[in-house]
Amino acid sequence: MNKIWFFMIIFGMIMAAITGKVEVVNEVLLTDVQEAVVFAISLTGIMAVWLGLMNIANKSGLMDSFSKLMRPFTRLLFPSIPANHPAISAIVMNMVANMLGAGNSATALGLKAIEELQTLNTNKKTATNAMCMFLVINMSSIQIIPLTVLKIRADAGSIMPSEIIITSLIASTVSTIVGIAACKILEGR
Amino acid sequence: MELLKMISVMAIPLMMTIILLHGYIKKVNLYDAFVEGAGEGFKTAVRIMPYLIAIFLAIGLLRKSGGMNLVVGLLAPITKFLGIPSEVLPLALMRPFSGSGALGILKDIIESYGPDSFIGRVASTMMGSAETIFFTMAVYFGAIGVQKSKHTVPAALISHFAAVIASVVICSFMFR
Repeated sequence: MNKIWFFMIIFGMIMAAITGKVEVVNEVLLTDVQEAVVFAISLTGIMAVWLGLMNIANKSGLMDSFSKLMRPFTRLLFPSIPANHPAISAIVMNMVANMLGAGNSATALGLKAIEELQTLNTNKKTATNAMCMFLVINMSSIQIIPLTVLKIRADAGSIMPSEIIITSLIASTVSTIVGIAACKILEGR
Repeated sequence: MELLKMISVMAIPLMMTIILLHGYIKKVNLYDAFVEGAGEGFKTAVRIMPYLIAIFLAIGLLRKSGGMNLVVGLLAPITKFLGIPSEVLPLALMRPFSGSGALGILKDIIESYGPDSFIGRVASTMMGSAETIFFTMAVYFGAIGVQKSKHTVPAALISHFAAVIASVVICSFMFR
């Protein structure tokens, strides 16, 4: 991340200088950075709601039952997570929210999941295999109804805005499977 | 289609109802438990904020300086060789960095080529299937203070590449 970040910024600076758009840097400092803060704040509410609900589910024992139910499925992908660990239900709930396109709810649940994974981590500065797997699945997640894309297509006057649902489903299934395979292969090294 | 839409709308309220009902039956002190958990939400939001700022800054610079366009230009011959239409290349490249940036590009593509053109369909499919890698990593790893991401980047990029290729191939089959 360190190197990626550095090169993104330096490359951006150099390009701004070459193209004679140095004022862009100031614009980014003013607007994009503010967007980041607004995004974090806007996430706070939904985050609080889900963490509150998860706390209830944790105390009522619902999380345990849910984790047990999902165990056969998660054991394949996350062999290092012990049975009944709260990470499992958070991961599964994040996947469900992602599939349904509930973006901010998914992020809230996902953050909960990765915090739970961190409790299992022996070297806190380095990601575990389970974290890599979780993030790759999370990023490539299937979305059943890509609402924003449908909206853009409909606004542009598409005869059949929803015809891309099936192609998106197939494409993201392919990418998820490839991602899982890539993780499994790379973690073996 | 309508059924799918209904499931999408119903699922989150349903999840909330089940959690609350189950908690009520098990005699959990719902209100206290909710408030106690919700307090954590603020801490997490504040904790991820610096990482969000860092990544928004880098992405903003890369986009607005024209750096992204240069990379697109350099990669065009390679992707042409792979059969990816060069019109959707900016989208394929932007997607790993920024969801909202990619959405802007998708809008441009659809407006200039039409939603029902081959290009428009490939772009829509790509948007629905490819991933926001660096943003997600910054937020999630930032939240827990992980600095070494191990094989997350290569695995995510491989997966993204698969999504891009799959979008083109599937659309070629379905729409041509």
